[in-house]
Amino acid sequence: MNTIADELANHRFFAKIEPDYLQVIGGCGRNVVVPSGTTIIREGAQADAFWALRTGRVALGVVAPGRGLQTLETLHAGDILGWAWLFPPYRWHFDAEALDDVHAIVFDAACLRGKCQADPALGFDLTQRFASILEERLQATRMRLLDLYGQPNPESRA
Amino acid sequence: MTAPMTPVAHRVVERRQETEDVVTLLLEAMDGSRLRYAAGQFNMLYAYPIGEVAISISANPVGDGPVAHTVRDVGTVSHALCGLRTGDSLGLRGPFGSDWGLDTAAGRDLVIVAGGIGLAPLRSVITQVISQRDRFGEVEVVIGARTQEELAFRDEIEAWRQRSDLSVHVTVDRATAGWRGTVGVVTTVLPRIHCDPEAVALMCGPEVMMRFTALALLDRGVPASRIRVSMERNMQCAVKQCGHCQLGSSFICADGPVMTWDRVEPLLEVRQL
Repeated sequence: MNTIADELANHRFFAKIEPDYLQVIGGCGRNVVVPSGTTIIREGAQADAFWALRTGRVALGVVAPGRGLQTLETLHAGDILGWAWLFPPYRWHFDAEALDDVHAIVFDAACLRGKCQADPALGFDLTQRFASILEERLQATRMRLLDLYGQPNPESRA
Repeated sequence: MTAPMTPVAHRVVERRQETEDVVTLLLEAMDGSRLRYAAGQFNMLYAYPIGEVAISISANPVGDGPVAHTVRDVGTVSHALCGLRTGDSLGLRGPFGSDWGLDTAAGRDLVIVAGGIGLAPLRSVITQVISQRDRFGEVEVVIGARTQEELAFRDEIEAWRQRSDLSVHVTVDRATAGWRGTVGVVTTVLPRIHCDPEAVALMCGPEVMMRFTALALLDRGVPASRIRVSMERNMQCAVKQCGHCQLGSSFICADGPVMTWDRVEPLLEVRQL
């Protein structure tokens, strides 16, 4: 039977991480199955966990009265859901809803923060990995702000 | 091809409204001749009496169907073309330019990335690949659009998604009511797809999108020489004479529109170009 550490070793987010770290991180994680349609996190609630998605899709967005969840981004297998657990005041900024039955490893944030404080090298490694996600999503957001598809090539006079 | 500067009269045999501002015109020559072309090439379409514009061919080059062009209404000439009805006539010169080079991709996996109206010249490839499916390895198709309403060829995309021999990923920048698919820019899809370093990548879309997509493909190990992009510039003569489409020392009408990334990247870094 695979341990949590074994499963993490195959997850994109934890690629090339020190095997010792996998054991430590795995100690704060457990497998979960989230049924389709479940609200996984809710804006404003305590950010006390994060999820390494193994299968299924998650819609990340904001809920507008009368309009339901307005999806800003879709997360897939190999993605990470949640970084607000890293920064005070540890509150979710968005809602997240399972679009399919989602298989994930969920991590206890307090447990992991404690292990990061006890081992700054582990903390630095994890922070770098989350910073990489932040950078990816910031770049993606910037591209969307450019509204690329809405602008015909200025060279074209068609 | 007849005399390259002489338009041949064609008739619209079918008009499809793809989105609010995108139309596909299926054309047949009024003299009964058949146009021979390769996927990736373009024609100069002449909307009488307004003027000419370069439009990629969006039809399958292998087959007997009429030649198709998918036009987005963005200016005077394209507006006139989009206003044509079945039975109307227009002039056509071509085909011009380089093609996607599918023959040199035979036996390899294909990664096809389309953004917005950039799907039109790639539709030509996708339909050809489907009709010659045994010639290629795994085929990944990534399609990005601003919203679902602005996604052209929607019925066709749905048919492609039903095929077991294609992996089709559609993503929109902004979710509108009823959209249950992926939200995010096309580059966010690339880490999830099958992408062998031996694959050939074909892409078309806004230049900024292509720059970031090329970076993502390079990260996946695909060399710049095997990343092919279709460039859009202000083609006017289409025969390398007028210089309107010149990009550095290249004339997009003749050296392109399909070029490899190792040739294109240095040119896109020159801000004055």
